[in-house]
Amino acid sequence: MNRLLATASPRALAALAGLFVVLLVAPAFLSGYLIAVMIVILSLAYVGQAWNIMLGFAGQLSIGHALYFGLGAYIAAAGYVKFGLSPWIGLIGGVVAAAIAGAFIGALGFRFRIGGVYFALLTIAFAECTRILFDHIAWLGGSAGLFLPVASRDTNDLWTLRGAPVMFYYVWLVLTAGLFVLCRALLASRLGFYWLAIREDEEAARAVGIDSFRYKMFAVMLSAALTSVAGVIHAFYFNNLFPETTFSVGRSIELLLGPIIGGVGTLFGPILGAFVLTSLSESMTVLAEHIQLGSKAVDGIKQVFYGLIVILIVLFQRRGLWPWLSRLLGFGR
Amino acid sequence: MSVLEVETLSKRFRGLQAVKSVSFAVPEHAIVALIGPNGAGKTTIFNLIAGVFPLDEGSIRLDGRPIHGLPPDKVCRAGIARTFQLVRPFAGLTVEDNAVIGALRAAPDVAAARAVAHEVLGRIGLLDRRNQRAASLTLPDRKRLEVARALATRPRLLLLDEVMAGLRPTETDQMVAFFRAINRELGITILLIEHVMRAVMALAQHVIVLNHGEKICEGTPESVVRDPAVLACYLGEEAV
Repeated sequence: MNRLLATASPRALAALAGLFVVLLVAPAFLSGYLIAVMIVILSLAYVGQAWNIMLGFAGQLSIGHALYFGLGAYIAAAGYVKFGLSPWIGLIGGVVAAAIAGAFIGALGFRFRIGGVYFALLTIAFAECTRILFDHIAWLGGSAGLFLPVASRDTNDLWTLRGAPVMFYYVWLVLTAGLFVLCRALLASRLGFYWLAIREDEEAARAVGIDSFRYKMFAVMLSAALTSVAGVIHAFYFNNLFPETTFSVGRSIELLLGPIIGGVGTLFGPILGAFVLTSLSESMTVLAEHIQLGSKAVDGIKQVFYGLIVILIVLFQRRGLWPWLSRLLGFGR
Repeated sequence: MSVLEVETLSKRFRGLQAVKSVSFAVPEHAIVALIGPNGAGKTTIFNLIAGVFPLDEGSIRLDGRPIHGLPPDKVCRAGIARTFQLVRPFAGLTVEDNAVIGALRAAPDVAAARAVAHEVLGRIGLLDRRNQRAASLTLPDRKRLEVARALATRPRLLLLDEVMAGLRPTETDQMVAFFRAINRELGITILLIEHVMRAVMALAQHVIVLNHGEKICEGTPESVVRDPAVLACYLGEEAV
């Protein structure tokens, strides 16, 4: 199950290539609204994959990934707003900062053997502390937020990431596809096998010579660095950043829900999860508009339905949707 | 020439002296058994050798180099592989991947590790089950997998913690034949903890008997089972 696509059938690879081609030409046929939805899907698919490296591959639960996301977002945005630096330069700073933050949290947790849910609490604590810290950095707008100048959306400038949503769509598509290829290569590598061993049984992994501390550190640093990239693109797409939302626990949960629904530890699960959850959320919005009590729309009905369906998926497909769907499509176990 | 030399090894857990000044040596290419009643300190000695927890006193040397104080992964890389008394395969992974992970210890890349994994699984009779999840194996097969994974690391010394327990006599005989073969053909030195005397008598050239954390006797299997101290600790003083 773990190496579903590392040992993918030709059929699965063909389907995947087909999907990529469809996504490549899709913007020509999609409305502005659907492109915006696709951007959400692709961005969640990307961060879901990044998060999956930690829990799905190396078995370490993080519920504080908003920290890495926010560091990427704020560093790149600050570089652009304050110094006129290209987001791609800022991205380097964001990646380095996120990797260092990941290394620090990882070193603390792994060195002092804080495992499982306690490690997860540690990750939340650091994300929350950072949120409060950024609330008080006046130079970056504090709690009032940091705003990027909105440029004309008629010209696309990839170097400064100023342009139309379609440009962001393609940036996300390339990132998501690239990360998929990277994850697939990782799982087939020595590092991937070590991660799976640590995830399954850390003591047994150490008994076969695996330096578990070192490889858990790789996982958290890589996952953090990749997540910060998503923060950068997010900042330049939305043009505004608030510590309250950028570093919120809600964001951490949002980015781990996709892999959990799609299938933790699978390669395609995070991508499937992003598709399913976002389409679900959007269709619930449409549905909620039609559900009325008398002449009044029912507040919160969307969240109720969304929550119910997520609960049902988790109840009936404990390992996520992808292992089940993959069997259904005949892509292997 | 001894592969493993244990000298005046001691370990205390709070009030319990689990291991009390135990010394022994395992000669190269030998098969040595560690026996004794429950709670004698056998598994504690294994865990001390494997680096699971630090020792209080004494020394452990592999090929003359001290290895005490090393963490488990470094002990394995120094050339000692172990199995666990309660088997701990990587349950969610396939049989093959379990062996590949062991083989990566010494193999230069994944392809080479896969070749080693196939060879080891073939030797122990699990090759036809290589695509099954380890969790779906029967207990005897999980024990075999545990041995295969340890063996795949290409150890100089193999520590086997009750791998025969729970096996039927014919399965025990198969395991005995297997360990004889890897000892003879691959030159792997074996130190085993075992309660199944059928296996101990058939395999070991040398037996060390522990009771209450102390070594009470050692010698050939035949001499050890006639030793009054050994009989006393197994059957009680009055039976002797």
